[in-house]
Amino acid sequence: MVALSQERLVSSTDAPVRRFSPPTFDRIFRFASLASALLVLIVLLGIIGSMIYGGWPAFSEFGLSFITSSVWNVNEDQYGAWVAIVGTLTTALIALVIGVPLSLGIAIFLTQLCPPWLKRPVATTIELLAAVPSIIYGMWGLFVFAPLFAKYVQIPVSNIVEGMPIIGTILYARTPSGVGILTAGIILAIMIIPFIASIARDILDQIPSVLRESAYGIGCTTWEVVRNVLVPQAGVSIIGAIMLGLGRALGETMAVTFVVGNANRLSGSLFDPGSTIASRIANEFNEAIGLQLNALMALGCILFLVTFTVLVLARLLVSRVKVG
Amino acid sequence: MSTIALNTSSAVGKAAAGNAEAPVRIAVRDLNFYYGDFRSLKDINLDFYDRQVTALIGPSGCGKSTLLRTFNRIYSLYPEQRADGEILLDGQNVLSPSIDVNELRARVGMVFQKPTPFPMSIYDNIAFGIKLYERLPKSELDGRVEEALRKAALWDEAKDKLRQSGMSLSGGQQQRLCIARTIAQKPEVILLDEPTSALDPISTGKIEELIEQLRAEFTIVIVTHNMQQAARISQFTAFMYLGELVEFGPTTKMFMKPSKKQTQDYITGRFG
Repeated sequence: MVALSQERLVSSTDAPVRRFSPPTFDRIFRFASLASALLVLIVLLGIIGSMIYGGWPAFSEFGLSFITSSVWNVNEDQYGAWVAIVGTLTTALIALVIGVPLSLGIAIFLTQLCPPWLKRPVATTIELLAAVPSIIYGMWGLFVFAPLFAKYVQIPVSNIVEGMPIIGTILYARTPSGVGILTAGIILAIMIIPFIASIARDILDQIPSVLRESAYGIGCTTWEVVRNVLVPQAGVSIIGAIMLGLGRALGETMAVTFVVGNANRLSGSLFDPGSTIASRIANEFNEAIGLQLNALMALGCILFLVTFTVLVLARLLVSRVKVG
Repeated sequence: MSTIALNTSSAVGKAAAGNAEAPVRIAVRDLNFYYGDFRSLKDINLDFYDRQVTALIGPSGCGKSTLLRTFNRIYSLYPEQRADGEILLDGQNVLSPSIDVNELRARVGMVFQKPTPFPMSIYDNIAFGIKLYERLPKSELDGRVEEALRKAALWDEAKDKLRQSGMSLSGGQQQRLCIARTIAQKPEVILLDEPTSALDPISTGKIEELIEQLRAEFTIVIVTHNMQQAARISQFTAFMYLGELVEFGPTTKMFMKPSKKQTQDYITGRFG
Protein backbone atom coordinates (compact mmCIF):
# COMPACT_ATOMS: atom_id res chain seq x y z
CA MET A 1 0.00 0.00 0.00
CA VAL A 2 2.66 2.44 1.04
CA ALA A 3 4.83 1.67 -1.93
CA LEU A 4 1.88 2.09 -4.22
CA SER A 5 0.89 5.53 -2.94
CA GLN A 6 4.47 6.71 -3.01
CA GLU A 7 4.76 5.63 -6.60
CA ARG A 8 1.69 7.60 -7.47
CA LEU A 9 3.11 10.62 -5.64
CA VAL A 10 6.32 10.44 -7.62
CA SER A 11 4.56 10.14 -10.92
CA SER A 12 2.10 12.96 -10.25
CA THR A 13 4.67 15.58 -9.25
CA ASP A 14 8.10 16.26 -10.60
CA ALA A 15 9.97 15.77 -7.30
CA PRO A 16 8.62 14.27 -4.09
CA VAL A 17 8.60 16.84 -1.28
CA ARG A 18 9.53 15.89 2.24
CA ARG A 19 9.63 18.17 5.23
CA PHE A 20 12.93 16.71 6.48
CA SER A 21 15.50 15.06 4.36
CA PRO A 22 15.92 11.55 5.79
CA PRO A 23 19.56 11.95 6.87
CA THR A 24 18.71 15.03 8.95
CA PHE A 25 15.80 13.33 10.60
CA ASP A 26 17.93 10.28 11.28
CA ARG A 27 20.57 12.40 12.94
CA ILE A 28 18.05 14.14 15.18
CA PHE A 29 16.48 10.83 16.07
CA ARG A 30 19.84 9.30 16.91
CA PHE A 31 20.78 12.27 19.07
CA ALA A 32 17.45 12.24 20.91
CA SER A 33 17.66 8.56 21.79
CA LEU A 34 21.30 8.89 22.85
CA ALA A 35 20.37 11.85 25.05
CA SER A 36 17.59 9.87 26.71
CA ALA A 37 19.98 7.06 27.49
CA LEU A 38 22.67 9.41 28.79
CA LEU A 39 20.17 11.32 30.95
CA VAL A 40 19.61 8.25 33.14
CA LEU A 41 23.33 7.80 33.58
CA ILE A 42 23.82 11.47 34.43
CA VAL A 43 20.99 11.44 36.97
CA LEU A 44 22.42 8.32 38.60
CA LEU A 45 25.93 9.74 38.77
CA GLY A 46 24.48 13.01 40.08
CA ILE A 47 22.68 11.22 42.89
CA ILE A 48 25.76 9.22 43.89
CA GLY A 49 27.93 12.33 43.68
CA SER A 50 25.70 14.50 45.83
CA MET A 51 25.21 11.71 48.37
CA ILE A 52 28.96 11.27 48.77
CA TYR A 53 29.48 15.04 48.85
CA GLY A 54 26.76 15.45 51.49
CA GLY A 55 27.95 12.50 53.56
CA TRP A 56 31.65 13.30 53.36
CA PRO A 57 31.87 15.48 56.50
CA ALA A 58 30.43 12.60 58.57
CA PHE A 59 32.83 10.07 57.05
CA SER A 60 35.85 12.30 57.62
CA GLU A 61 34.75 13.20 61.17
CA PHE A 62 34.19 9.61 62.38
CA GLY A 63 36.23 7.57 59.90
CA LEU A 64 35.64 3.83 59.96
CA SER A 65 33.92 4.08 63.33
CA PHE A 66 30.95 5.65 61.55
CA ILE A 67 30.19 2.15 60.34
CA THR A 68 31.27 0.14 63.37
CA SER A 69 29.96 2.41 66.12
CA SER A 70 26.49 1.78 67.46
CA VAL A 71 26.17 5.16 69.14
CA TRP A 72 23.72 7.57 67.52
CA ASN A 73 23.42 10.56 69.81
CA VAL A 74 22.01 13.74 68.33
CA ASN A 75 22.64 15.84 71.47
CA GLU A 76 26.33 15.04 71.53
CA ASP A 77 26.67 14.99 67.73
CA GLN A 78 27.99 11.42 67.83
CA TYR A 79 26.90 9.25 64.91
CA GLY A 80 27.48 5.58 64.15
CA ALA A 81 25.58 3.49 61.61
CA TRP A 82 26.01 -0.03 63.00
CA VAL A 83 22.55 -0.32 64.58
CA ALA A 84 20.84 0.77 61.37
CA ILE A 85 22.99 -1.48 59.19
CA VAL A 86 22.27 -4.51 61.36
CA GLY A 87 18.58 -3.60 61.44
CA THR A 88 18.44 -3.29 57.66
CA LEU A 89 20.13 -6.63 57.07
CA THR A 90 18.17 -8.44 59.78
CA THR A 91 14.75 -7.24 58.65
CA ALA A 92 15.58 -8.05 55.02
CA LEU A 93 16.82 -11.50 56.00
CA ILE A 94 13.68 -12.22 58.01
CA ALA A 95 11.61 -11.05 55.05
CA LEU A 96 13.41 -13.51 52.78
CA VAL A 97 13.21 -16.40 55.25
CA ILE A 98 9.45 -15.95 55.51
CA GLY A 99 8.71 -14.61 52.05
CA VAL A 100 10.70 -16.90 49.75
CA PRO A 101 9.11 -20.24 50.75
CA LEU A 102 5.65 -18.68 50.65
CA SER A 103 6.31 -17.09 47.25
CA LEU A 104 7.65 -20.32 45.78
CA GLY A 105 4.70 -22.18 47.27
CA ILE A 106 2.32 -19.74 45.60
CA ALA A 107 4.13 -19.99 42.26
CA ILE A 108 4.21 -23.78 42.37
CA PHE A 109 0.56 -23.97 43.35
CA LEU A 110 -0.48 -21.62 40.56
CA THR A 111 1.51 -23.38 37.85
CA GLN A 112 1.23 -27.03 38.87
CA LEU A 113 -1.67 -27.74 41.17
CA CYS A 114 -4.26 -25.02 40.87
CA PRO A 115 -7.55 -26.00 39.21
CA PRO A 116 -8.10 -23.71 36.20
CA TRP A 117 -11.09 -21.86 37.67
CA LEU A 118 -9.08 -20.79 40.73
CA LYS A 119 -6.02 -19.62 38.81
CA ARG A 120 -7.24 -16.17 37.88
CA PRO A 121 -8.63 -15.17 41.29
CA VAL A 122 -5.44 -16.19 43.10
CA ALA A 123 -3.14 -14.59 40.53
CA THR A 124 -5.13 -11.35 40.63
CA THR A 125 -5.05 -11.26 44.41
CA ILE A 126 -1.27 -11.63 44.39
CA GLU A 127 -0.96 -8.83 41.88
CA LEU A 128 -3.23 -6.60 43.95
CA LEU A 129 -0.96 -7.20 46.92
CA ALA A 130 1.80 -5.51 44.90
CA ALA A 131 -0.46 -2.54 44.23
CA VAL A 132 -1.06 -1.75 47.92
CA PRO A 133 0.89 1.44 48.76
CA SER A 134 3.56 0.88 51.38
CA ILE A 135 2.01 3.50 53.70
CA ILE A 136 -1.06 1.25 53.93
CA TYR A 137 1.12 -1.68 54.98
CA GLY A 138 2.71 0.60 57.56
CA MET A 139 -0.60 1.73 59.03
CA TRP A 140 -2.06 -1.75 59.01
CA GLY A 141 1.14 -3.08 60.55
CA LEU A 142 1.15 -0.53 63.35
CA PHE A 143 -2.55 -0.33 64.22
CA VAL A 144 -3.80 -3.82 63.42
CA PHE A 145 -0.95 -6.29 63.18
CA ALA A 146 1.34 -5.05 65.97
CA PRO A 147 -1.23 -5.22 68.83
CA LEU A 148 -2.32 -8.71 67.77
CA PHE A 149 1.31 -9.77 67.38
CA ALA A 150 2.10 -8.49 70.89
CA LYS A 151 -0.87 -10.23 72.47
CA TYR A 152 -0.77 -13.58 70.71
CA VAL A 153 2.90 -14.02 69.86
CA GLN A 154 5.28 -11.80 71.80
CA ILE A 155 3.81 -12.30 75.27
CA PRO A 156 3.21 -16.07 75.11
CA VAL A 157 6.55 -16.76 73.41
CA SER A 158 8.42 -14.56 75.88
CA ASN A 159 6.82 -16.43 78.76
CA ILE A 160 7.89 -19.76 77.35
CA VAL A 161 11.46 -18.94 76.39
CA GLU A 162 12.33 -16.78 79.39
CA GLY A 163 15.53 -17.95 80.98
CA MET A 164 16.50 -20.34 78.17
CA PRO A 165 19.97 -19.93 76.68
CA ILE A 166 20.22 -18.11 73.32
CA ILE A 167 16.56 -18.52 72.35
CA GLY A 168 15.63 -16.81 75.63
CA THR A 169 17.48 -13.75 74.35
CA ILE A 170 16.50 -13.81 70.69
CA LEU A 171 12.78 -14.29 71.26
CA TYR A 172 12.29 -12.38 74.50
CA ALA A 173 10.34 -9.13 74.54
CA ARG A 174 11.22 -6.77 77.38
CA THR A 175 8.38 -4.47 76.41
CA PRO A 176 5.88 -6.42 74.31
CA SER A 177 4.58 -3.53 72.22
CA GLY A 178 4.21 -5.47 69.00
CA VAL A 179 6.60 -3.29 67.03
CA GLY A 180 10.18 -4.35 66.43
CA ILE A 181 12.62 -6.01 64.08
CA LEU A 182 10.59 -9.20 63.61
CA THR A 183 7.38 -7.27 62.98
CA ALA A 184 9.15 -5.20 60.33
CA GLY A 185 10.53 -8.39 58.78
CA ILE A 186 7.06 -9.94 58.62
CA ILE A 187 5.53 -6.85 57.02
CA LEU A 188 8.41 -6.77 54.52
CA ALA A 189 7.82 -10.45 53.76
CA ILE A 190 4.21 -9.68 52.85
CA MET A 191 5.42 -6.82 50.67
CA ILE A 192 7.97 -8.83 48.70
CA ILE A 193 5.78 -11.91 48.21
CA PRO A 194 3.90 -10.59 45.16
CA PHE A 195 7.17 -9.71 43.39
CA ILE A 196 8.92 -13.00 43.96
CA ALA A 197 5.76 -15.06 43.48
CA SER A 198 4.74 -13.51 40.17
CA ILE A 199 8.24 -13.68 38.67
CA ALA A 200 8.70 -17.25 39.89
CA ARG A 201 5.33 -18.13 38.39
CA ASP A 202 6.36 -16.70 35.01
CA ILE A 203 9.63 -18.62 35.17
CA LEU A 204 7.89 -21.90 35.97
CA ASP A 205 5.36 -21.26 33.21
CA GLN A 206 8.17 -20.88 30.71
CA ILE A 207 9.61 -24.33 31.38
CA PRO A 208 8.61 -26.47 28.38
CA SER A 209 5.70 -28.74 29.26
CA VAL A 210 7.52 -31.68 27.67
CA LEU A 211 10.15 -31.54 30.43
CA ARG A 212 7.42 -31.64 33.04
CA GLU A 213 5.71 -34.49 31.23
CA SER A 214 8.90 -36.50 31.03
CA ALA A 215 9.46 -36.09 34.75
CA TYR A 216 5.94 -37.35 35.43
CA GLY A 217 6.64 -39.92 32.71
CA ILE A 218 9.23 -41.76 34.80
CA GLY A 219 6.78 -41.95 37.67
CA CYS A 220 7.58 -38.87 39.74
CA THR A 221 5.01 -37.49 42.12
CA THR A 222 4.21 -33.79 41.86
CA TRP A 223 6.55 -33.06 44.76
CA GLU A 224 9.40 -34.94 43.08
CA VAL A 225 8.78 -33.18 39.78
CA VAL A 226 8.86 -29.76 41.42
CA ARG A 227 11.71 -30.46 43.80
CA ASN A 228 14.06 -32.35 41.47
CA VAL A 229 13.27 -31.06 38.02
CA LEU A 230 11.30 -27.82 37.80
CA VAL A 231 12.98 -25.78 40.55
CA PRO A 232 16.54 -26.81 39.57
CA GLN A 233 15.67 -26.09 35.94
CA ALA A 234 14.43 -22.62 36.92
CA GLY A 235 17.25 -22.27 39.49
CA VAL A 236 19.25 -19.31 38.27
CA SER A 237 16.21 -17.26 37.34
CA ILE A 238 14.57 -17.96 40.70
CA ILE A 239 17.65 -16.51 42.42
CA GLY A 240 17.13 -13.42 40.28
CA ALA A 241 13.53 -13.17 41.46
CA ILE A 242 14.62 -13.51 45.09
CA MET A 243 17.27 -10.81 44.62
CA LEU A 244 14.64 -8.45 43.31
CA GLY A 245 12.64 -9.04 46.47
CA LEU A 246 15.75 -8.53 48.60
CA GLY A 247 16.45 -5.22 46.89
CA ARG A 248 12.98 -4.04 47.74
CA ALA A 249 13.21 -5.28 51.33
CA LEU A 250 16.51 -3.47 51.92
CA GLY A 251 15.31 -0.11 50.72
CA GLU A 252 11.68 -0.16 51.86
CA THR A 253 11.09 2.89 54.02
CA MET A 254 7.55 3.86 54.89
CA ALA A 255 6.10 0.59 56.15
CA VAL A 256 9.24 -0.24 58.08
CA THR A 257 9.38 3.17 59.73
CA PHE A 258 5.90 2.52 61.13
CA VAL A 259 6.56 -0.88 62.64
CA VAL A 260 10.28 -1.19 63.38
CA GLY A 261 10.10 0.85 66.59
CA ASN A 262 12.90 3.28 65.69
CA ALA A 263 15.18 2.49 68.60
CA ASN A 264 18.78 3.62 68.43
CA ARG A 265 20.27 0.80 70.44
CA LEU A 266 21.35 -2.67 69.50
CA SER A 267 19.39 -5.54 71.01
CA GLY A 268 19.85 -9.27 70.88
CA SER A 269 16.12 -9.84 70.67
CA LEU A 270 14.10 -9.90 67.46
CA PHE A 271 11.08 -8.71 69.46
CA ASP A 272 12.84 -5.49 70.47
CA PRO A 273 12.51 -2.27 68.52
CA GLY A 274 15.36 -1.34 66.23
CA SER A 275 15.82 0.75 63.13
CA THR A 276 16.90 0.40 59.56
CA ILE A 277 18.92 2.82 57.46
CA ALA A 278 15.85 3.91 55.54
CA SER A 279 13.69 4.32 58.63
CA ARG A 280 16.41 6.33 60.41
CA ILE A 281 16.71 8.72 57.47
CA ALA A 282 12.93 9.07 57.14
CA ASN A 283 12.58 9.77 60.86
CA GLU A 284 15.25 12.38 61.27
CA PHE A 285 15.62 14.12 57.95
CA ASN A 286 13.00 16.74 58.66
CA GLU A 287 14.80 18.32 61.61
CA ALA A 288 18.39 17.44 60.77
CA ILE A 289 20.96 20.19 60.48
CA GLY A 290 24.74 20.33 60.33
CA LEU A 291 26.63 17.16 61.09
CA GLN A 292 23.42 15.20 61.68
CA LEU A 293 22.34 15.92 58.11
CA ASN A 294 25.77 14.86 56.87
CA ALA A 295 25.50 11.68 58.90
CA LEU A 296 22.11 10.88 57.34
CA MET A 297 23.57 11.47 53.89
CA ALA A 298 26.40 9.12 54.80
CA LEU A 299 23.81 6.56 55.90
CA GLY A 300 22.24 6.92 52.48
CA CYS A 301 25.62 6.19 50.89
CA ILE A 302 25.93 3.04 52.97
CA LEU A 303 22.44 1.85 51.98
CA PHE A 304 23.43 2.44 48.39
CA LEU A 305 26.59 0.44 48.94
CA VAL A 306 24.75 -2.39 50.71
CA THR A 307 22.20 -2.68 47.91
CA PHE A 308 24.96 -2.57 45.34
CA THR A 309 26.96 -5.26 47.16
CA VAL A 310 23.89 -7.50 47.33
CA LEU A 311 23.45 -7.18 43.59
CA VAL A 312 27.12 -7.94 42.90
CA LEU A 313 27.03 -10.96 45.21
CA ALA A 314 23.86 -12.12 43.50
CA ARG A 315 25.55 -11.86 40.13
CA LEU A 316 28.54 -13.85 41.35
CA LEU A 317 26.24 -16.49 42.79
CA VAL A 318 24.24 -16.64 39.62
CA SER A 319 27.31 -17.06 37.43
CA ARG A 320 28.63 -19.82 39.69
CA VAL A 321 25.34 -21.68 39.41
CA LYS A 322 25.50 -21.35 35.63
CA VAL A 323 28.98 -22.86 35.43
CA GLY A 324 28.11 -25.77 37.71
CA MET B 1 3.39 -48.62 -7.30
CA SER B 2 5.29 -45.42 -6.84
CA THR B 3 9.01 -45.19 -6.19
CA ILE B 4 8.47 -44.35 -2.55
CA ALA B 5 6.61 -47.57 -2.04
CA LEU B 6 9.41 -49.45 -3.76
CA ASN B 7 12.00 -47.87 -1.50
CA THR B 8 10.09 -48.71 1.62
CA SER B 9 9.55 -52.25 0.47
CA SER B 10 13.29 -52.79 0.30
CA ALA B 11 13.61 -51.30 3.77
CA VAL B 12 10.95 -53.62 5.09
CA GLY B 13 13.15 -56.56 4.24
CA LYS B 14 15.65 -55.54 6.95
CA ALA B 15 13.22 -55.62 9.86
CA ALA B 16 12.22 -59.02 11.14
CA ALA B 17 8.79 -60.07 10.03
CA GLY B 18 5.96 -59.44 12.49
CA ASN B 19 5.33 -62.30 14.82
CA ALA B 20 1.62 -62.53 15.44
CA GLU B 21 2.24 -65.58 17.61
CA ALA B 22 3.71 -63.31 20.29
CA PRO B 23 1.46 -62.81 23.31
CA VAL B 24 -0.58 -59.61 23.49
CA ARG B 25 0.96 -57.12 25.91
CA ILE B 26 -1.45 -54.23 25.56
CA ALA B 27 -5.03 -54.66 24.45
CA VAL B 28 -6.99 -51.52 23.63
CA ARG B 29 -10.76 -51.99 23.81
CA ASP B 30 -13.37 -49.47 22.67
CA LEU B 31 -11.15 -46.54 23.57
CA ASN B 32 -12.57 -43.05 23.19
CA PHE B 33 -10.68 -39.89 24.03
CA TYR B 34 -11.93 -36.38 24.61
CA TYR B 35 -10.26 -32.97 24.67
CA GLY B 36 -13.06 -31.13 26.45
CA ASP B 37 -16.02 -31.84 24.17
CA PHE B 38 -13.96 -32.84 21.16
CA ARG B 39 -13.80 -36.59 20.58
CA SER B 40 -10.32 -37.24 19.24
CA LEU B 41 -10.20 -41.05 19.39
CA LYS B 42 -13.15 -43.07 18.21
CA ASP B 43 -13.72 -46.64 19.39
CA ILE B 44 -10.16 -47.81 19.01
CA ASN B 45 -9.58 -51.57 19.24
CA LEU B 46 -6.00 -52.65 18.86
CA ASP B 47 -3.51 -55.21 20.19
CA PHE B 48 0.18 -54.64 20.84
CA TYR B 49 2.36 -57.73 20.85
CA ASP B 50 5.04 -58.60 23.36
CA ARG B 51 8.58 -57.64 22.35
CA GLN B 52 7.55 -56.30 18.97
CA VAL B 53 7.84 -52.76 17.67
CA THR B 54 4.51 -51.29 16.65
CA ALA B 55 4.51 -48.07 14.66
CA LEU B 56 1.59 -45.66 14.78
CA ILE B 57 1.38 -43.65 11.57
CA GLY B 58 -1.03 -41.16 10.12
CA PRO B 59 -1.28 -37.47 9.26
CA SER B 60 -0.96 -34.77 11.97
CA GLY B 61 -3.99 -34.63 14.22
CA CYS B 62 -5.04 -38.22 13.47
CA GLY B 63 -4.78 -39.15 17.15
CA LYS B 64 -1.65 -41.32 17.10
CA SER B 65 0.13 -39.29 19.80
CA THR B 66 -3.09 -39.08 21.77
CA LEU B 67 -3.36 -42.86 21.69
CA LEU B 68 0.24 -43.20 22.87
CA ARG B 69 -0.39 -40.77 25.71
CA THR B 70 -3.24 -42.87 27.09
CA PHE B 71 -0.97 -45.88 27.76
CA ASN B 72 0.84 -44.20 30.66
CA ARG B 73 -2.03 -41.81 31.41
CA ILE B 74 0.24 -38.82 30.94
CA TYR B 75 -2.81 -37.01 29.52
CA SER B 76 -4.30 -36.93 33.03
CA LEU B 77 -1.97 -34.02 33.87
CA TYR B 78 -4.49 -31.93 31.96
CA PRO B 79 -7.90 -31.82 33.64
CA GLU B 80 -9.83 -31.19 30.41
CA GLN B 81 -8.62 -34.43 28.83
CA ARG B 82 -10.27 -37.79 29.52
CA ALA B 83 -10.44 -41.29 28.14
CA ASP B 84 -13.03 -44.04 28.38
CA GLY B 85 -12.87 -47.65 27.36
CA GLU B 86 -10.22 -50.13 28.40
CA ILE B 87 -6.48 -50.40 27.99
CA LEU B 88 -5.40 -53.76 29.32
CA LEU B 89 -1.73 -54.00 30.21
CA ASP B 90 -1.16 -57.66 31.02
CA GLY B 91 -4.87 -57.91 31.59
CA GLN B 92 -5.04 -55.00 34.01
CA ASN B 93 -7.02 -51.92 32.95
CA VAL B 94 -4.69 -48.93 33.21
CA LEU B 95 -7.60 -46.50 32.90
CA SER B 96 -9.10 -47.81 36.12
CA PRO B 97 -9.10 -45.20 38.91
CA SER B 98 -7.56 -47.71 41.30
CA ILE B 99 -4.30 -47.81 39.30
CA ASP B 100 -1.36 -45.96 40.88
CA VAL B 101 -0.35 -43.73 37.96
CA ASN B 102 3.19 -43.18 39.22
CA GLU B 103 3.82 -46.89 39.38
CA LEU B 104 2.16 -47.30 35.99
CA ARG B 105 4.56 -44.75 34.51
CA ALA B 106 7.54 -46.65 35.85
CA ARG B 107 6.17 -49.76 34.09
CA VAL B 108 5.35 -47.88 30.88
CA GLY B 109 8.27 -45.61 30.02
CA MET B 110 7.98 -42.71 27.58
CA VAL B 111 10.42 -40.80 25.38
CA PHE B 112 9.33 -37.51 23.85
CA GLN B 113 9.78 -35.55 20.59
CA LYS B 114 12.50 -33.41 22.05
CA PRO B 115 15.32 -34.61 24.29
CA THR B 116 14.45 -33.71 27.88
CA PRO B 117 17.48 -34.23 30.10
CA PHE B 118 16.75 -33.27 33.69
CA PRO B 119 18.82 -30.44 35.21
CA MET B 120 21.30 -32.79 36.89
CA SER B 121 24.37 -34.83 35.99
CA ILE B 122 24.32 -37.60 33.41
CA TYR B 123 24.65 -40.14 36.20
CA ASP B 124 21.84 -38.62 38.24
CA ASN B 125 19.57 -38.38 35.21
CA ILE B 126 19.50 -42.16 35.22
CA ALA B 127 19.92 -42.87 38.93
CA PHE B 128 17.07 -40.49 39.78
CA GLY B 129 14.47 -42.62 38.03
CA ILE B 130 15.79 -45.85 39.57
CA LYS B 131 15.85 -44.38 43.06
CA LEU B 132 12.20 -43.39 42.83
CA TYR B 133 11.20 -47.05 43.07
CA GLU B 134 14.17 -49.03 44.29
CA ARG B 135 16.48 -48.59 47.23
CA LEU B 136 19.85 -49.89 46.08
CA PRO B 137 23.35 -49.77 47.54
CA LYS B 138 25.69 -47.42 45.70
CA SER B 139 27.64 -50.16 43.92
CA GLU B 140 24.50 -51.78 42.55
CA LEU B 141 23.14 -48.40 41.48
CA ASP B 142 26.40 -47.71 39.63
CA GLY B 143 25.97 -51.02 37.86
CA ARG B 144 22.40 -50.22 36.85
CA VAL B 145 23.42 -46.82 35.50
CA GLU B 146 26.22 -48.37 33.46
CA GLU B 147 23.93 -51.11 32.18
CA ALA B 148 21.33 -48.56 31.07
CA LEU B 149 23.93 -46.39 29.35
CA ARG B 150 25.40 -49.43 27.59
CA LYS B 151 21.98 -50.54 26.39
CA ALA B 152 21.31 -47.04 25.13
CA ALA B 153 24.65 -47.09 23.26
CA LEU B 154 25.82 -44.06 25.19
CA TRP B 155 28.31 -45.61 27.60
CA ASP B 156 31.44 -45.10 25.49
CA GLU B 157 30.61 -41.44 24.89
CA ALA B 158 29.50 -40.65 28.44
CA LYS B 159 31.59 -42.84 30.76
CA ASP B 160 34.25 -40.17 31.31
CA LYS B 161 31.81 -37.40 32.09
CA LEU B 162 29.12 -38.98 34.23
CA ARG B 163 29.31 -36.04 36.65
CA GLN B 164 28.75 -33.44 33.96
CA SER B 165 25.35 -31.93 33.32
CA GLY B 166 23.02 -33.84 31.03
CA MET B 167 22.69 -30.63 29.03
CA SER B 168 26.35 -30.84 28.01
CA LEU B 169 25.54 -33.71 25.61
CA SER B 170 24.60 -33.21 21.96
CA GLY B 171 20.94 -33.48 20.92
CA GLY B 172 21.25 -37.08 19.75
CA GLN B 173 23.18 -38.07 22.87
CA GLN B 174 20.57 -36.34 25.03
CA GLN B 175 17.84 -38.39 23.39
CA ARG B 176 19.79 -41.60 24.03
CA LEU B 177 20.20 -40.42 27.63
CA CYS B 178 16.42 -40.12 27.85
CA ILE B 179 16.08 -43.65 26.47
CA ALA B 180 18.68 -44.87 28.98
CA ARG B 181 16.74 -43.15 31.76
CA THR B 182 13.60 -44.96 30.65
CA ILE B 183 15.13 -48.43 30.31
CA ALA B 184 16.98 -48.08 33.61
CA GLN B 185 13.63 -48.40 35.34
CA LYS B 186 13.17 -51.80 33.67
CA PRO B 187 9.76 -50.96 32.22
CA GLU B 188 7.61 -53.48 30.38
CA VAL B 189 6.62 -51.12 27.60
CA ILE B 190 8.45 -48.19 26.02
CA LEU B 191 6.47 -45.46 24.30
CA LEU B 192 8.35 -43.32 21.80
CA ASP B 193 6.62 -40.15 20.62
CA GLU B 194 8.41 -39.10 17.42
CA PRO B 195 11.75 -39.64 19.15
CA THR B 196 13.88 -38.58 16.18
CA SER B 197 11.92 -35.62 14.87
CA ALA B 198 14.37 -33.12 16.41
CA LEU B 199 17.52 -35.04 15.42
CA ASP B 200 19.89 -35.09 12.46
CA PRO B 201 20.06 -38.18 10.20
CA ILE B 202 23.12 -39.70 11.90
CA SER B 203 21.61 -39.43 15.38
CA THR B 204 18.35 -40.75 13.94
CA GLY B 205 20.19 -43.77 12.56
CA LYS B 206 21.69 -44.51 15.96
CA ILE B 207 18.32 -44.28 17.71
CA GLU B 208 16.78 -46.60 15.12
CA GLU B 209 19.53 -49.17 15.64
CA LEU B 210 18.96 -48.87 19.34
CA ILE B 211 15.22 -49.50 19.00
CA GLU B 212 16.02 -52.59 16.97
CA GLN B 213 18.15 -53.91 19.85
CA LEU B 214 15.74 -52.96 22.60
CA ARG B 215 13.03 -55.03 21.00
CA ALA B 216 14.62 -58.14 22.48
CA GLU B 217 13.60 -56.98 25.94
CA PHE B 218 10.77 -54.49 25.67
CA THR B 219 7.44 -54.00 23.98
CA ILE B 220 7.82 -50.82 21.96
CA VAL B 221 5.24 -48.46 20.54
CA ILE B 222 6.53 -45.65 18.34
CA VAL B 223 4.69 -42.71 16.84
CA THR B 224 6.40 -41.49 13.71
CA HIS B 225 5.78 -39.16 10.79
CA ASN B 226 8.53 -40.81 8.86
CA MET B 227 7.14 -43.64 6.76
CA GLN B 228 10.59 -45.02 5.97
CA GLN B 229 11.32 -45.16 9.67
CA ALA B 230 8.13 -47.08 10.35
CA ALA B 231 9.03 -49.51 7.57
CA ARG B 232 12.62 -49.89 8.79
CA ILE B 233 12.09 -50.52 12.47
CA SER B 234 8.62 -51.85 13.15
CA GLN B 235 7.08 -55.29 12.92
CA PHE B 236 3.51 -54.01 13.12
CA THR B 237 2.00 -50.81 11.84
CA ALA B 238 -1.27 -49.12 12.67
CA PHE B 239 -2.55 -46.43 10.33
CA MET B 240 -4.85 -43.87 11.89
CA TYR B 241 -6.91 -41.14 10.33
CA LEU B 242 -9.20 -38.55 11.97
CA GLY B 243 -9.24 -40.36 15.30
CA GLU B 244 -10.05 -43.75 13.84
CA LEU B 245 -7.94 -46.83 13.32
CA VAL B 246 -8.02 -47.43 9.57
CA GLU B 247 -5.81 -50.47 9.29
CA PHE B 248 -3.52 -52.57 11.42
CA GLY B 249 -1.24 -55.40 10.40
CA PRO B 250 2.30 -56.67 10.02
CA THR B 251 4.47 -53.86 8.67
CA THR B 252 5.48 -55.87 5.61
CA LYS B 253 1.89 -56.35 4.60
CA MET B 254 0.91 -52.74 5.44
CA PHE B 255 3.60 -51.36 3.17
CA MET B 256 3.53 -53.95 0.41
CA LYS B 257 -0.13 -54.85 0.15
CA PRO B 258 -2.38 -52.67 2.29
CA SER B 259 -5.97 -53.76 2.18
CA LYS B 260 -7.50 -50.27 2.37
CA LYS B 261 -7.10 -47.67 -0.35
CA GLN B 262 -6.70 -44.91 2.27
CA THR B 263 -3.66 -46.67 3.71
CA GLN B 264 -2.16 -47.14 0.28
CA ASP B 265 -2.68 -43.47 -0.57
CA TYR B 266 -1.04 -42.31 2.65
CA ILE B 267 1.91 -44.66 2.41
CA THR B 268 2.62 -43.72 -1.17
CA GLY B 269 2.43 -40.04 -0.30
CA ARG B 270 -0.75 -39.22 -2.14
CA PHE B 271 -2.14 -37.40 0.90
CA GLY B 272 -1.28 -36.49 4.47
